[in-house]
Amino acid sequence: MRYAMALDTKKCVGCGDCVVACQTENNVPLGYSRDWITEVVKGQYPDVFLHFESQRCNHCEDTPCVRTCPTGASHVIEGGIVKVTHDECIGCGACIEACPYDARYFHPDGYVDKCTFCDHRVADGLDPACVSVCPTKCMYFGDLDDPDSEISQLLRTREHYTLLPEAGTAPQIYYLK
Amino acid sequence: MSKLNRRQFLKISGAATAGAAVLPATGGWFSSLFKEEPRPLLENEAVKVPTVCEVCFWNCAGWTYLDKEGKIRKIIGNETDPHSQGRLCPRGTGGLGMYYDDDRLKTPLIRETGKDGKQYFRKASWDEALDLVAAKMKEIDRKYGKESFALLFHGKTGPHFEHLFKAWGSQTMGEPAGAQCLITREAGFIATYGAGLASPEPTDIKNTDCLVLIGSHFGENMHNGHVQDISDLIDRGGTIITVDPRFSTMAGHSTKWLPIKPATDLALLLAWMNVIINEGLYDKEYVARYTYGFDLLKAHVQKYTPEWAEGVTTIPAGDIYETARMMGGAAPRVVVHPGRHTAWYGDDTQRSRAIAILNALLGSWGRKGGFYFPEKVHLPQEPHPPFPKPKWTWKDISRGKHKMAIMGITNEIIDHALPEYDGPYKVKAFFIAATNPIQSIPPEEKSKRALQNAEFVVVVDTMPAEITGYADVVLPEATYLERLDHIRNAHHRIPNLALRYPAVKPKYETKPGWWIAREIGLRLGLKDFYEWEDFEEVLDWQLRQVGSSIEEMKRIGVKHFPRKTPMYIDDYDEPYWFNTNTGKIELYSTDFAEWGYDPMPVYKPHPETPPGMLRLIYGRVPMHTFGRTLNNPNLFELRKDPELWVNPKVARIYGIENGQMIWLKNHKGKVSSFPVKVRVTERIRHDSVFLPHGFGNKGRIFVDGKVWEMSRAYGRGIADSEMISDVYIDPETGGTGMRSNFVQILTENPHQQKNNAS
Amino acid sequence: MEERILATARDIEGLYPHVHIWGWPIATYLFLGGLAAGILLFATLYYLNGKENDMPFTVKIAPVFTFFFVAFGSLLLIYDLHHKPYFWRLFTAFRIESPMSWGAWTLASVSILSLLWPLSFVDSIEDYLHRRGWKRMDAITRWIIRMEHRWAPLRWLIMFFRRYRKLFAYLLLFLSIILGIYTGILLSAFNAHPLWNNSILGPLFLTSGVSTGSAFVMWLSNNKKERRLMSIIDMSLIAVELFFIIHMIMGMQAGPEAYKEAARLFLGGQFTVWFWVIFVGFGLVLPFLLEVFEVRGFHVHPAVPALLVLVGGFIFRIIMVYAGQMSEYPFL
Repeated sequence: MRYAMALDTKKCVGCGDCVVACQTENNVPLGYSRDWITEVVKGQYPDVFLHFESQRCNHCEDTPCVRTCPTGASHVIEGGIVKVTHDECIGCGACIEACPYDARYFHPDGYVDKCTFCDHRVADGLDPACVSVCPTKCMYFGDLDDPDSEISQLLRTREHYTLLPEAGTAPQIYYLK
Repeated sequence: MSKLNRRQFLKISGAATAGAAVLPATGGWFSSLFKEEPRPLLENEAVKVPTVCEVCFWNCAGWTYLDKEGKIRKIIGNETDPHSQGRLCPRGTGGLGMYYDDDRLKTPLIRETGKDGKQYFRKASWDEALDLVAAKMKEIDRKYGKESFALLFHGKTGPHFEHLFKAWGSQTMGEPAGAQCLITREAGFIATYGAGLASPEPTDIKNTDCLVLIGSHFGENMHNGHVQDISDLIDRGGTIITVDPRFSTMAGHSTKWLPIKPATDLALLLAWMNVIINEGLYDKEYVARYTYGFDLLKAHVQKYTPEWAEGVTTIPAGDIYETARMMGGAAPRVVVHPGRHTAWYGDDTQRSRAIAILNALLGSWGRKGGFYFPEKVHLPQEPHPPFPKPKWTWKDISRGKHKMAIMGITNEIIDHALPEYDGPYKVKAFFIAATNPIQSIPPEEKSKRALQNAEFVVVVDTMPAEITGYADVVLPEATYLERLDHIRNAHHRIPNLALRYPAVKPKYETKPGWWIAREIGLRLGLKDFYEWEDFEEVLDWQLRQVGSSIEEMKRIGVKHFPRKTPMYIDDYDEPYWFNTNTGKIELYSTDFAEWGYDPMPVYKPHPETPPGMLRLIYGRVPMHTFGRTLNNPNLFELRKDPELWVNPKVARIYGIENGQMIWLKNHKGKVSSFPVKVRVTERIRHDSVFLPHGFGNKGRIFVDGKVWEMSRAYGRGIADSEMISDVYIDPETGGTGMRSNFVQILTENPHQQKNNAS
Repeated sequence: MEERILATARDIEGLYPHVHIWGWPIATYLFLGGLAAGILLFATLYYLNGKENDMPFTVKIAPVFTFFFVAFGSLLLIYDLHHKPYFWRLFTAFRIESPMSWGAWTLASVSILSLLWPLSFVDSIEDYLHRRGWKRMDAITRWIIRMEHRWAPLRWLIMFFRRYRKLFAYLLLFLSIILGIYTGILLSAFNAHPLWNNSILGPLFLTSGVSTGSAFVMWLSNNKKERRLMSIIDMSLIAVELFFIIHMIMGMQAGPEAYKEAARLFLGGQFTVWFWVIFVGFGLVLPFLLEVFEVRGFHVHPAVPALLVLVGGFIFRIIMVYAGQMSEYPFL
């Protein structure tokens, strides 16, 4: 099992529904967010390129956050989902420093919080909240180990990229071109 | 520490339940020891109550999710709803913030004047406030007649007060959604097809091959169903042509983007007709069968060549030919989208006519992949005595001047409330429900003068806004999650009904609109029009007439009904008859010819950008609808501030940097109240700036000596409406064109300068 | 022009425009850790070489301070935690790949041992302090000696430690090296920050820590021989440090764009003056020169180069903590 997400930059309009859906689904306190949207603009008027990237924890294959965690609060569960056990976390910030994607932050209660791929939903066979609400249906979640999953097929047929491959973390959020 | 102890601690301290989605970040490591960690609400634990979203006019149906404690946790789209198709937009998902917003209007307020002459609001009981409203309504009636009491409204709150006013005897009413938004579009399509578009627009994007967007900004507006359909179109590899002076979100997703010079849309539309007709790309059989005036149109558009249009629009003629051929190639599976907020330049009915005509040439009206024929449920109205006939209505105000004033023209109602108005239809008092005319009916000076001149103003709303400060009585309405409203019966592919049912009891001392309207009605002696106690009885009666019930609707939220007529024109057995004078699609409008309007659209130039100024283009950000959503804590978190888009070349000339705060001064010398953050971007032309709508809230009232305001939204950025000093009146409808306003960038705080000088 | 901007607001403290969650407490903690490591390294090395009487300050007195340095550093670390009530979780797990975990355990062990080490010398320490006239500290040691006589468990502990002192010396030597390296590794483990993420940083921090240790002895010892020896050691350590610094920056310059960008913080960027003038100039080169003069027989007060090295070492850690967090991969 290797969960991953693919985001179609041809379709995303950057509305932020994924962000607010995550907030209400996961009780993310106001002023914080586990996911966010980056707008990319290139070129010069009138030859302009634009797309949006909905970003979150990349649930990397190689996890510097888990590696640097002194207590084991940061850990990887079935399917490669990276999680934080809140009452094992001491809030030292090592994992925040270790993450090249700014995906982790201090929850106001002190522990480190981040995207969980909505594992509580995934366990019930549902998509993560962000994926399930997206009005452009630009997000795909699934198992890369299953060659027949929609995401596997998309990654086979569509050109894609990941964020900061040079950071060496083998990120598992794919952006379809 | 065991779990049990934590619970006890919570109980003892009486602390608020932890983990609400909208709880402000309290924090502190100490408290975390005693706090039960918030847990997501699992699907099988949730109590689901059907709702219809009120954050915008798309009115998507969804489910309000409550936890076991009865707390609203999230809102999710209803899978069977054709508007949302199970997916809400960010505003719908974040709609619960409206309920949790601490800045809501909480109790009835009555305006008082203190001994020092200063005015303020005092909290009042519902009885006192409603008695006062009823007494004032009677007083206005005695002095000027019921007709002088005007109703301005918006959204699903509106119908409750429409009913009240009609029952009482005033039909001086209008909504900004008409004259300030889509009336010109409706008029243009009615003149062409004998039918308007209404909402949602029956564009068959689901089946189209080519979508043309001119003045349509999907992805920035989140017209949910269409955004979803467009996304599927991208998946299908369909063609999207976007015409926009900005590199809009959709431009970024388009096959072809035509960066047009603002205010020249009509030139492009006419040039497209020219190519489509002259190159024979139009649907010949369809045109012959269903349209009237083709030859007249053909002759008319001969002068509008792409080469001519290039000079006007700055779009290369080659691109005009190319895009016209793309449309022709896909016809009839083409949608030239009519847009929605068509309050452009003062000849907007003609502009919409051109879009309607273009669709007719391509044969897309009533065709698969073009426009489908929508259908709604025949839902009987609850029986009540006939409404009394007013001596005059909104029609008398507007119809003389504007033959196509098909809805109440708000700006003319405002005109009739000005002190200088000296005619027979004087407006002396306002009842304002869920709209903020200071922002929604520019120019604000005029709206303010009308309100100052009114003898009595009632405001019904959920949030304090600029308008609240002009009220004599403020009646706090419950949010859509706390109230019952009319059944949503919008036309669609599939006739369907959707129920909004209260998920929770109204917070604070707020009341649902129907209750407020009924209480006033009873005080006015209109018992016959309110033969029920709870609005639920009305809905249940209505639903039973069509074989459903409140009980069933509470369970399913949305109910589908079979269609009675074909969805496409080709499926009609007998020849299709259009509701126009000729019974055909009028490429040449016989009505317009008779009334003295251009029977076919004629390009007329609009004000050019004065030297040293920039055209103010306004639009939306996807996470906000208008002023009322800005303070929603969840949506505020998504976008707190507007940004003024400035082209890098312009920024260089002005010497301004990305992120700098600047003020605006418009062509009439009006200076913005607040500064706005600059975004230097290649997404905007050098002759224009772009500002998203609804920000720059400056509403502030004093309640019992304390400031009451939208604490999050107050003072953030510039309100686009504040910079709109000139509106250009559309002759056919009376709608307001608001896009010919120009601004200058000020890098120094103009208010400080003034203070220093004085 | 190119834009990469946040389309949804994300005003989370400490994340933008670049990660900034660690500040002076961590830098101070790293400094104190390095200093303690340096002091203990010399103490155990010279003890094992049988120099405990030739170099009394190095072997016996300086380690007295390390307990306080380490303890204070640990308090700072806990102060810096955001989820403080759970700090004990550090000691319910040992994570071999986490420098923070290594640090927690090393600090705990070092602080215990560095308390015991001087205790085992308590008699000669009392003697030394008495002779130097450090009355207040002398009073404390006298009190400890009284306690030792009165309270059997303390006596047994001290006796036990004295008996196995050599074994503990090896252990402490090992731990001090771990501690010294750890202070550098802690940062270099974060490959999200190119400035930190290089293999020179560990040795550089170790060298710098040892250098501050020698400077500490140089500053406070009253033994001329001891000071002179430390002076010579410090000179060579500074030379090694300078070599590492040049090497580190050249390495970054030769690396990918993000690493070049990191080097630019010191090569014309906002830390240029702080790094080259304050740290390298006043914290390394100047004390080096002063030490050369001193060795050559010119009279320089030994406290001057020593304090320069100590302050320089502290500033170096402040710079690395702050600049390192600014050095990130391009904004996403």
